[in-house]
Amino acid sequence: MADEKRVIVVGGGLAGLAASVRIAEAGVPVDLFSMVPVKRSHSVCAQGGINACNEVARQQGYSEYQHFDETLIGGDFLNDQHPVLEMANWAPKIIDLLDRMGVPFNRSSEGFRDLRLFGGSLFKRTHFAGATTGQQLLYALDEQTRRFAAEGKVNKMEFWEFLWPITEGEGEDKRCVGIVAQDMRTMQIRSFRADAVVMATGGCGLVFGKSTNSIICTGGAASRCYQAGAWYGNPEMIQVHPTAIPGADKCRLMSESARGEGGRVWVPKKKGDTRRPNDIPENERYYILEERYPKYGNLVPRDIATREIFDVCVNEGMGINGTNQVYLDLTHRDPEYLTQKLGGIMDIYEKFVGDDPRYTPMRIFPAVHYTMGGLWTTYTPGDYQPDQPMGEHKPGNPIPIDAQLGHGLTIGAHNNAMTNLKGLYAFGEVNFAYHGATRLGANALLSCIFDGLCNGVSVVNYVREGVEAPASELPQTLFDQAEKSEQDKHDKIMSSVNTGKGDQALNPYQIANELGEEMNAASTVVKTGPRLEKCLAKLDELWDRYTRMELGDGAMWTNQSLSFARSVGDMIILGEAIAKAGLLREESRGSHYRTDFPERDDDKFWKASVAKFNSDTNKSDIEFMPVKAGLVKLRPRNYGKVDSGTNKEKIPPKQVAEAKA
Amino acid sequence: MSDAEAHAFDADMRRVNRKKAVEGRSVIFKIKRCDGPGKPNRWESFKVPVEQGANVISSLKLIAANPITTEGTKTTPVVWDSGCLEEVCGACTMVINGRVRQSCSCLIDEYAPLEGDVITLEPMSKFPVIRDLWVDRDRLFNALTRVKAWVPIDGTYNMGAGPKESPDHQQMRYALSECMSCGCCLEACPQYNKEEDPEKWDTSFVGAHAISQARLFNEHGTGKRLKGERYDALSGPGGVNDCGNAQNCVKVCPKGIPLTESIGAVGRGTTVHAIKRFFEGKK
Repeated sequence: MADEKRVIVVGGGLAGLAASVRIAEAGVPVDLFSMVPVKRSHSVCAQGGINACNEVARQQGYSEYQHFDETLIGGDFLNDQHPVLEMANWAPKIIDLLDRMGVPFNRSSEGFRDLRLFGGSLFKRTHFAGATTGQQLLYALDEQTRRFAAEGKVNKMEFWEFLWPITEGEGEDKRCVGIVAQDMRTMQIRSFRADAVVMATGGCGLVFGKSTNSIICTGGAASRCYQAGAWYGNPEMIQVHPTAIPGADKCRLMSESARGEGGRVWVPKKKGDTRRPNDIPENERYYILEERYPKYGNLVPRDIATREIFDVCVNEGMGINGTNQVYLDLTHRDPEYLTQKLGGIMDIYEKFVGDDPRYTPMRIFPAVHYTMGGLWTTYTPGDYQPDQPMGEHKPGNPIPIDAQLGHGLTIGAHNNAMTNLKGLYAFGEVNFAYHGATRLGANALLSCIFDGLCNGVSVVNYVREGVEAPASELPQTLFDQAEKSEQDKHDKIMSSVNTGKGDQALNPYQIANELGEEMNAASTVVKTGPRLEKCLAKLDELWDRYTRMELGDGAMWTNQSLSFARSVGDMIILGEAIAKAGLLREESRGSHYRTDFPERDDDKFWKASVAKFNSDTNKSDIEFMPVKAGLVKLRPRNYGKVDSGTNKEKIPPKQVAEAKA
Repeated sequence: MSDAEAHAFDADMRRVNRKKAVEGRSVIFKIKRCDGPGKPNRWESFKVPVEQGANVISSLKLIAANPITTEGTKTTPVVWDSGCLEEVCGACTMVINGRVRQSCSCLIDEYAPLEGDVITLEPMSKFPVIRDLWVDRDRLFNALTRVKAWVPIDGTYNMGAGPKESPDHQQMRYALSECMSCGCCLEACPQYNKEEDPEKWDTSFVGAHAISQARLFNEHGTGKRLKGERYDALSGPGGVNDCGNAQNCVKVCPKGIPLTESIGAVGRGTTVHAIKRFFEGKK
């Protein structure tokens, strides 16, 4: 079978598994690389649910088109519009497929799939399995992958770390023909041939130190592709989730579904009120989001909720007992109901904090959560091409297209979700296209699976029709060189073992800590030009120390320190692109908020920032490229905000609560 | 003391410890180390300052950043497996103070509230050690293939919704589906022994987790089409009859999965399956 065309998928989360299943099903063998057993991928951490238009919502005036429209306004129009439309169209079918795979979606009393509210929508359009929806979806795809593996159609390479994409040719003809990877146990470095490579390697939360991400989410793989010439889109767009529990090792997410199920965010009206939350009467509580956003209340998109919580704590000093924490309160709901709908997160809070959130309001604060930016990708638009972009779509209005017929993408076009390097694809969180400047809650699982299922077909077509010389027939020297280049980098890091005198400043763990602190302080909720410039200078200093780093473990077997140290360099390089794009984007849009440029500036910046790695300077060159739009017109994004927070008595909280009930 | 009482006692103990935890203290981590397969074991101790909200993972990270033992000897960072750090991925399972559990949810305040208290970390004993606290759990995943733990769908094309299901039935399946393949039930099981030879995996005890997964898929409208094959796999050597009914599995399961109920249900299922096969003249 040496001449058989093959595909490599890097990453075994939802996107990688959906791609593997789809590609293997089409008859193309898949080699699936993952740093962890795929069942332990970071997708397990997703809690709240997955969005899709459904029959109940449809009869209330909702539609796939409305879902599409919500996703664009949520992303503050930085999304690529065509793939988002296609994703919204596929969503109900994806839910059906997951249902057939056995995902235990919560059920209504009649046995239909239950639905819940989520941020950025006034319709119930989120399907869920308790509060561990990501885990349940990942398991369903893991099981299908296991089935294909048992049939020999997927070859799992677990505990292998992706090091570099292998390319051949120059200019227009340059294409990806394989990867170099390292066995994390034996430390063997070797090359693998493939006719296409799908990166499904998730986000880069660890660049910010403590985040809600898993320990593997360094962004290392994406950074290596970027250093190898793949462009990186909208690096500055990082989502900070409003509700997490701060911890010593990471911040643990408290799902947006807590708010979807009625959770209310509040602080005591009296600064520094030391009473226990249950002792503070209703009229002495300030319900931050309900008062500032009466229409959406606690269900405003994440960037908005995060900034308001930040504002209340940091600017107004009204956090609980003067700390940077606010209450997320579910105690008004029936405890049994909470166990059924939110059991997973109730348990996490109880285990890590010690209080039972069914009876005591949770104490939460924002934390870095999701990477909207990622590898820059292309696509071929479908047959829905209106003469003029549409205005705001009101629920219940006739949709401008037949959701079944109007395609956003040409399904199966070779370049869908392909990076600027031919044959190198980016699926899931590492694809920058879908979520613009803010991702709506419960859209991440959808974009991952959509990429795998829809654009997996593009990979198959490209391999079958677009690849003339199979990778298996290319000269061995190409692969030997790539392997040697990675071996040399590896040996250089290894040669730093015990070279110094134990200088802590040169310890990779110390460098990573400082990187996280700096990026968190300079480039998350609130940014300013001068602070970002300071951040870039700090990154220079960290890079200098990184090049003189001293490794603490010289073992040639299962050397985790080496793997981590290598990723620290990749994180600094990605951090530089994040900070620089943030500095150059002199406007505020979605998650990117500049106090020195507080307004959205469409004339100058309705554009994707695209980072291209410059190997001479070892830094990014940022270029602003037009957003691929044309379906929906720009409009302001404010979610019906009534008040900046200075006039808090304007809407009595009780009325708001009644209106919501 | 009954199991339920023992469990409540543990939980109470941890709550009490949390209340009496001393701020600014340091505790001792006593760690069983091994450089790789075939290498000898050794114990090393580390003194670690306790940060607010510290758990075993954050402590191991501090050790990794500055790996100096209590004797003042410089050593290598400890190797361990971890992922989500919120007890949903199953990666960071190890034996802590003699009991198997996830290390991410193991809070130092609950286990070592006082200055100088000792926490002991060991790798799981039922799997081959790769290095230090990291073990090779391939056999565990192999067991899922053995019981065909999947729904045999026709394909990924759009063919409408799956079977309707009552909320009660969904809750029952959801409870089983929370299994994160961590291996706690296997570590605690007296019938499950270390087996390094993959050739023997399909005939040695499959373990509670896989039996419970077989039940999960037998309970699904389409999944039950493979019921017979699952019962065949669980009838032979290493199947459900190898369970010695010690019931340790259910006590250590971090997700509270009703493993013994699953073993009971699958045990009855294999018996009925065998009788049916007998009358069909198949065996």
